[in-house]
Amino acid sequence: MNSNNRHAGKVEAPAGWAYAFAVMSLIQPFPEVDHQHAVFTDGLMLDCGVQLAPLTVAYRTYGRLNAARSNAVLVCHALTGDQYVAETQPLTGKGGWWANLVGPGLAVDTDRFFVICANVLGGCMGSTGPAEKRADGTPWGTDFPTITIRDMVRAQKLLVDGLGIERLLAVIGGSMGGMQVLEWAATFPEAVFAAAPIACASHHSAQNIAFHEVGRAAIHSDPDYCAGRYWEQGRIPAQGLGVARMVAHITYLSEEALTRKFGRKLRGANAVTFLEDVFEVQSYLRYQGSSFVRRFDANSYLTITRAMDYFDLSAEHGSLAQAFAGTPTRFFVASFSSDWLFPTSESRALVRAMNAAAARVSFVEIKSDKGHDAFLLDEPEFHAALGGFVAGAAKALGV
Amino acid sequence: MPDTTIQYVAKNMRVDLRLIAEMITPGARVLDIGCGDGALLEYLALAKGADARGIEIDMAEATRAVAAGLAVIHGDADNDLAFYPDGAFDFVILSRTLQAVEKPREVLRQMLRIGQHAIVSFPNFGHWAVRWQLAWTGRMPMTNTWNRGWYETPNIHPCTIRDFFELCERDGFVVEEWLAADDDGLKSPWRRSARLANLFGEQALFKLRRK
Repeated sequence: MNSNNRHAGKVEAPAGWAYAFAVMSLIQPFPEVDHQHAVFTDGLMLDCGVQLAPLTVAYRTYGRLNAARSNAVLVCHALTGDQYVAETQPLTGKGGWWANLVGPGLAVDTDRFFVICANVLGGCMGSTGPAEKRADGTPWGTDFPTITIRDMVRAQKLLVDGLGIERLLAVIGGSMGGMQVLEWAATFPEAVFAAAPIACASHHSAQNIAFHEVGRAAIHSDPDYCAGRYWEQGRIPAQGLGVARMVAHITYLSEEALTRKFGRKLRGANAVTFLEDVFEVQSYLRYQGSSFVRRFDANSYLTITRAMDYFDLSAEHGSLAQAFAGTPTRFFVASFSSDWLFPTSESRALVRAMNAAAARVSFVEIKSDKGHDAFLLDEPEFHAALGGFVAGAAKALGV
Repeated sequence: MPDTTIQYVAKNMRVDLRLIAEMITPGARVLDIGCGDGALLEYLALAKGADARGIEIDMAEATRAVAAGLAVIHGDADNDLAFYPDGAFDFVILSRTLQAVEKPREVLRQMLRIGQHAIVSFPNFGHWAVRWQLAWTGRMPMTNTWNRGWYETPNIHPCTIRDFFELCERDGFVVEEWLAADDDGLKSPWRRSARLANLFGEQALFKLRRK
């Protein structure tokens, strides 16, 4: 009997699952919002050889550009981030993703600096990407060309030029944002006085690519994906995208963080019944998956994760040190001790390459048990170190 | 020149750091290994216009230095020097750290590969109080300078002033300047005799260059 029960439990669980996502697929995406944006009619020549025109870059700014145009700080967002770095996100109603770091009197002080944050090329918060409509009025969808981190940076460069800024005081970003920071420094060294790549690496590792591939496979295998033309059917591949988010979210957390937050805690039950999912961590991941699908486009997720996978700075330049040879940029590199997605060893390799290029570099590994996510969380030591770096750069430029 | 520079030094700056600062030429490119919270770096940048960078093994100290806007990396002498290019610095400083590194000889070699000059300070194990304690009590010496038990001291490679002279000779390093000092930073008057300095100097300070 007992073993029968267990068997039944195993069958039941996926059924409950499917139900959860069936409910989710009824959830409609958030209504469209007109994001602040700039249009560049000449567009951009992409690394893949396609001319993408016109090009729209959605962005937000905070603070004031000074008369000398020398106090601009560009913040680059991560995979699922957006331009709403320091204010309420208009769709989700949640606070800015780096509101603890960027704002009046904070480490990146908007009373002193003019902060710019743009939605990445390929994103889905107003910049040109798979969810946006092309000239014939239909969304790009899977026809959207392959893009790279360098293409994202070139799109940002158009925006920065358009704002009349010749040199950025600082470019700052974590995770995929950090990759953009590295690409900024390698591609436009004269336009970056100070660069802060946080919790990132010079390339995506096989493990990083593997996790992304699981996410992409989940999206592709969702019947609602409809070979990438889901909008025609009025559907969203909520189950696949939700699973992709769940897998990714695990990589953002450390084992300690998961254990501290959830351990083996049960939800509304005193003991495991083998009949349904009762662990707190399960409902947490479900929530992460279900809230994500309302705000993020599946094709955009596929496009951006591929861009991350392609990223390899040393392959672009022959060697990592070559990428920074003769650089005038000063660097601040930071990693977090429990981050296993972009471990400290990757940051240290970056620092050593910068040292080999005789670049001026600061580096700290912040002690934290919060995993990769730590770069977004309240980490006073990190905020003090980054704030000191930006203030030092401002002082050196007389800002 | 020493008298004019010393007045800018923060009162709480370690005395051997003041002596080191005197050896640095204005505008120099400097790497300070074991820079702590960066007091010397800050002083060198401010008073000498130096391009001053640092390496610090203690995370909390390194973070403080970076938060002060200094170019400091978390790292250590044994593992990180190999990644700098030849001749990247005019001066490479190692203050009171030589005795605690894993491979002192290799560290010195790297210092003089990446720097024109190496400035090295270390506590002198040949000081009379150390010798006296070991000779008289038969126990490992405990002094103001050597104040950790043998079982927990990070100072795994103690040496004397004469030992250091001998290593420089053997590895082909030129001693451009040297001096012995007491713990208060007063220069000991034993400049002419390494033997006397080795007996009465609590700290030693060497400026080296490649042959």
